[in-house]
Amino acid sequence: MLYREAGDFKTTYSEDSQTFPIRFDRLGFYVTLLVAFGLVPLFINDYWANAVFVPFLIYAIAAIGLNILVGYAGQVSLGTGGFMAVGAYAVYKLMTSFPDVPVLIHVLLAGGITALVGVLFGLPSLRIKGFYLAVATLAAQFFLVWLFNKVPWFYNYSASGQITVPQSKMLGFYVTGAQTSASAKYLFCLVILTLLAVIARNLTRGTVGRKWMAIRDMDIAAEIIGVNPLNAKLTAFAVSSFFIGVAGALFFAVYLGAAEVTEAFGIQKSFLILFMVIIGGLGSIFGSFAGAAFLVLLPVFLKNVLVGQLGWPTDLAAHLELMIVGALIVGFLIAEPHGMAQLWRLAKEKLRLWPFPH
Amino acid sequence: MKTKFVSLVVAGMCAAAPAMADLVIPNLSYRTGAYAPGGIPYADGFNDYFALLNARDGGIGGEKISVPECETAYNTEKGVECYEATKGLGSLVYNPLSTGITYQLIPKALADKIPLYTPGYGRTSAANGKVFEWVFNYPANYWDGASVAIKYLLDQNGGDLAGKKIALIYHNSAYGKEPIRTLQDLAAKHGFTLSELPVDAPGQEQKSQWLQIRRDKPDYVLMWGWGVMNQVAVQEAANIKFPMENFIGVWWSGSENDVVPAGAGADGYKSLAMHGTGMDYPVYADLKQYVYDAGNASGNGDQIGSVLYSRGVYAAMVIAEAARKAQELAGTSAINAVQMRDGLEALEITEERMAELGLPNFGQPFAASCVDHGGPGAAMLQQWDATAQKWNLITGFIAPDQEVLDPLIIADSEAFAAEAGITQRCN
Repeated sequence: MLYREAGDFKTTYSEDSQTFPIRFDRLGFYVTLLVAFGLVPLFINDYWANAVFVPFLIYAIAAIGLNILVGYAGQVSLGTGGFMAVGAYAVYKLMTSFPDVPVLIHVLLAGGITALVGVLFGLPSLRIKGFYLAVATLAAQFFLVWLFNKVPWFYNYSASGQITVPQSKMLGFYVTGAQTSASAKYLFCLVILTLLAVIARNLTRGTVGRKWMAIRDMDIAAEIIGVNPLNAKLTAFAVSSFFIGVAGALFFAVYLGAAEVTEAFGIQKSFLILFMVIIGGLGSIFGSFAGAAFLVLLPVFLKNVLVGQLGWPTDLAAHLELMIVGALIVGFLIAEPHGMAQLWRLAKEKLRLWPFPH
Repeated sequence: MKTKFVSLVVAGMCAAAPAMADLVIPNLSYRTGAYAPGGIPYADGFNDYFALLNARDGGIGGEKISVPECETAYNTEKGVECYEATKGLGSLVYNPLSTGITYQLIPKALADKIPLYTPGYGRTSAANGKVFEWVFNYPANYWDGASVAIKYLLDQNGGDLAGKKIALIYHNSAYGKEPIRTLQDLAAKHGFTLSELPVDAPGQEQKSQWLQIRRDKPDYVLMWGWGVMNQVAVQEAANIKFPMENFIGVWWSGSENDVVPAGAGADGYKSLAMHGTGMDYPVYADLKQYVYDAGNASGNGDQIGSVLYSRGVYAAMVIAEAARKAQELAGTSAINAVQMRDGLEALEITEERMAELGLPNFGQPFAASCVDHGGPGAAMLQQWDATAQKWNLITGFIAPDQEVLDPLIIADSEAFAAEAGITQRCN
């Protein structure tokens, strides 16, 4: 009943091929945007921004990026943390070298630099795939982290190797640095996420995305029907790294404010984002959001319930939190191997028939 | 499903705020992860001292103290979450026991006007109160530690280290990298050669570093380690039969947890100490009466009297004294974070005051000022006796070489001031 198509006639091709062909879905999307842009910024405070919304938005960008590579193009990558570090250090170097340029441009440039690095480390994908490619990207992860830790130029020769973001303004509001208000942080990330998500959605359902999926499903067949594997694989690496680079730049500049490469962009970050993609659903933009939400919100939620509400000791709660999140991931993947996106798809199917299933 | 989840989160968070107490001093601790061996005793000592003040004196100046604990797992993202979650409670001061989290909180503390107290860790150049209005790191910092270690070695070698080889094995993070610049300057001044051996976090894998030490045969090894890295290093040093009396750790590499696993092999290992250790202080009689026997000891109560427990007590003692000072200056017992900062800046800890508190000769006396947020920076050396299972102090307080440190601190803090657009104060 809720997802009815009956009476929803399409009279043009563009109507027929829009992202949300069902009116209810479309309305839901606009309402979500309205709430996200219009309502949340009015009520957000520092805690909600820094503990929940900003990390969620940034991880969602990274998850979309990785999903393009792993979910759509079928190239496994364990280098996400390293590529985020490229974005973070690029934005740091850019911001300290050119303080007068708006930070939005720096963030996008940082994404571009990461795209170049991603293409470089994507070259092995032309010869190897699967586990072997995973190992090659793992090498990228370790190499990049080592590089940013080893070469003092990247952290402007600071005594401790930490990078700290300078303050910067856009349209009269602080967007980086400690003076930034919660709503400015949130809106800055939200605007970038919305833009990138729309781009990703349209890329993946256009020619480029179809080429990626053809390569993913069977690379030899794709080559025979005229898909250039060099082109398709390297564009996947470039676009994916661009997203991840932007996420890394925001992670450092807007969210953390100060970072240390081994701690903030280590291998565990690569795994975390890979888990988000797998739990959310491979090959689905919605899945990237769902996976990011699940892995960002669940630990915060559990902590608040166990420590805040039940008053348990913090160490017990922290251990239990790990166990519960782990058990949920395993249980969840057994129940629905295709992730939350598939669950959502099934729910929609059911809702169409509800309340009269046949 | 998602909306239901979000509403649950909302419910969870609304219920999360504990009852407002009068003086809120959050304890950002870590009892899990690779650094828990250091985090647990420190957090216990910190909690127990405030529990004692609450039970014996009814708090500070008649105001009860509340110490909400938040688990950071030594992770900066969780540290930020903990800071945001607790700052709304009216927190007076933060002591995160992590250099990484401290770096993150320095700009935030400045914007939110909440002081940070980072004894013996954090950003060294915060000692310059002209730039870092909201950060305090007395009585000693990393660069003091590096200088004290070299001074001790100078002492051992008749004042001459020329031609000696000294290796620094360090945690490859902001924390471990802090002393490098000081040691390089000291190497240039005293003519020893310094080799730097980074150990990647968490530090369980150190075979190659110790192989290098075995090959290079340095005269002395200094260590800036934390968590499991310490015990692995002590074990590895014992394995290659490195003379333990030539192996000196910073104060974060000198607890029982670091040496006990290596057994007899650890005998003779030295470390810096910025306060006394053990249960020979009169305050423990009160702690036993009001806290331990009342069943209110923090954690499992098995860390009492250890080195890092004592450090937790020390930090709590300094914060409590600063709060007392702040109450005196503000003329009210219900102080806020801004008044707390004034208290921290006007704090003076004397021998007499420490004796009154039941902690005679526990730490060095110091007096903070608008310019000086770093204290005198002196430290002692302690040596591990594996048969008695005990740390013995082998020197008195050794003062650091301010001639080398002052220009470094000024250069680093001025770089921060320029980056953050801070105008210097106290002129």
